[in-house]
Amino acid sequence: MSLVRNHVLISIDAGTVMAGARGVERALIEEVAKQGLKDEIAVLETGSVGTIGQGVVLVVYPEGVYYANVTPQDIPELVEEHLLKGRPLKRLILSEPPKQTVIKKEKAGLLREQPRIVLRNCGVIDPEKIEEYIAEGGYEAIGKALTTMKPEDVIDEIKKSGLAGRGGASFSTGMKWDFARSAPGDIKYIICNADEGEPGTFKDRLILEGDPHKLIEGMMLAGYAVGASKGFVYIRGEYALSIERLEKAIAQAREYGLLGINILDSSFSFDMAVMKGAGAYVCGEETALIESLEGKRGHPRKKPPYPVTEGLWGKPTVVNNVETLGNISEIIKNGASWFKSYGTEKCPGTKVYTIIGNVATPGLIEAEMGTTLRDIIFEYAGGIKAGKKFKGALIGGAAGAFLGPDMLDVQMDFVNLREYAAVLGSGAILVMDEGADMVDMLQSVLHFFRHESCGHCVPCRLGTAQLVKIIDRIAISKGTQGDVDKLLKISDTMRDTSFCPLGQSLYLPISSSLKYFRGEIDARIH
Amino acid sequence: MYREAILKKFRPSLDNILYILHDLQDNNPQRYLAKDDIRVCADYLKVPYSYVHSVASFYTMFSLEPRGSNIIRLCDSPPCHLMGSKSLLTYLKQALKVDVGGTTKDGKFTLELTSCLGACGVAPAMMINDEMVGNLTPERVDAILEKRRKES
Repeated sequence: MSLVRNHVLISIDAGTVMAGARGVERALIEEVAKQGLKDEIAVLETGSVGTIGQGVVLVVYPEGVYYANVTPQDIPELVEEHLLKGRPLKRLILSEPPKQTVIKKEKAGLLREQPRIVLRNCGVIDPEKIEEYIAEGGYEAIGKALTTMKPEDVIDEIKKSGLAGRGGASFSTGMKWDFARSAPGDIKYIICNADEGEPGTFKDRLILEGDPHKLIEGMMLAGYAVGASKGFVYIRGEYALSIERLEKAIAQAREYGLLGINILDSSFSFDMAVMKGAGAYVCGEETALIESLEGKRGHPRKKPPYPVTEGLWGKPTVVNNVETLGNISEIIKNGASWFKSYGTEKCPGTKVYTIIGNVATPGLIEAEMGTTLRDIIFEYAGGIKAGKKFKGALIGGAAGAFLGPDMLDVQMDFVNLREYAAVLGSGAILVMDEGADMVDMLQSVLHFFRHESCGHCVPCRLGTAQLVKIIDRIAISKGTQGDVDKLLKISDTMRDTSFCPLGQSLYLPISSSLKYFRGEIDARIH
Repeated sequence: MYREAILKKFRPSLDNILYILHDLQDNNPQRYLAKDDIRVCADYLKVPYSYVHSVASFYTMFSLEPRGSNIIRLCDSPPCHLMGSKSLLTYLKQALKVDVGGTTKDGKFTLELTSCLGACGVAPAMMINDEMVGNLTPERVDAILEKRRKES
């Protein structure tokens, strides 16, 4: 066997494929062969390495050099200089490599590194090879659970860890599992909600593309704990690469006997299927998602009964977000107290964020719960683009809240943000610089809601239409006295009377934008 | 008939309805769900025509009107908006001489809006058929349209 001198990882995710990663990969493989380096240089695919908007990205190991915006024309020079002669090609080196475990934060007097729990393998392993996941300790947790833990023990461990749902609602994952386990019935289901549609959020897509086996293992553990033998992953129809990768991963797990009957010679059997959505934001709401899975229009159901007692086809069903399930195997492997050593007391663990908008380096990051907004923007994302001033940020997507400049030092976690009438939601952070027009932003948010309102209940159907009418006239300076108060009043009524969280959450962006930027909006009226 | 071959790929069970509709639409030369598509799906799943129509009309990825050979879906959600999707929409409308939802006279392009594509890192972004393109500028849009015009 020949000794591989360098490993070249090429990031293959929707963003880099868009920038031409496949062409670069082909050129690289050809050039390596042409220069006679085939036995010394290994070219491997990996998921997102955490860079966004930097074109095609390569990482050369063992040096750990990141190259960005690579084109096929650059390849001959890059191969000759770096891989043959050992001189990194300066002009393509990414000046600021993505910060993964390098950020240090003072906590309890100790400096320590930020962990990657959910994204541990993203951008490190080849997501299309189950062997690489196993080599990184993958499927150890399910092995441990099946051989040394009863289902109740798994639930207890998750409860003790304090893990809360990462899709936005932040409900205790352990409790949810417990409800489903104790609900009467022999047939139960696990559903993974991968219908990521919150504007500005694409963390679940990058997890699915970067480490699909971690999701499979998380679902298996959920199935074992709850007593379910079938799992479904409901993915947005637009996420072609995620669907392809996950289907491949499921097939590999079946081949290895990790999915199917009597897994690892235990009495536990579990299998999974992928379900492709067809474009409806409201299907991110769990009961609407279940309706859609059953082959109906994606209208939300009345709650209670909750899915844990009456879900898919009327059976007890657990619906968990991709990121939530991504935490499970690590908690089972390392224990609840390990998990609790990260984050804050009330919100243990980490949160995966997508940080976008007017920042220097947009990207996908994982930070401890409780990290301040300032650290996230200025440490992880390189600050505001082009040296401009920070104006505000929209946290948690369209159904989230705006925060103004005096909120930069707020600690980001589910519980703390609630005190400021904000939400962490899905973890999208849209940063706006001083040039951003608040009326324009609010208009865009309201148009989004009008488009996505499913029409099932009156307050949301009519409310969104009225709100759009009002903001549209404010935008062209034709607003009248009292219009701003009308926005507040309508959205407040919608919060109290809408059928599902879609209509209920609209007051968040409206009231928060008025809280911080009312002067700017009023100025368009007078 | 090609429609029967599509249906045979799936169990006749209601939970397959979205998969069946996706497949029928992808294979329709005019990239939409024609009445015949809805009818065969309804017969296969043993549900009324109106049921399938109601499902098809709910989801934005399905179209009940004939569309062009290339479907452009510009992202219009807040992140893309912040990065300038509004002026791109104006540009696309002028370049194609259609309104949102319209198809060009030569049948080559349909212009649609879509909610967040999750490509916010390279906003403004759009999909053309199954391909995502980001960091859009009028020049890039021109190049993409030109390329597609030549292809079809």
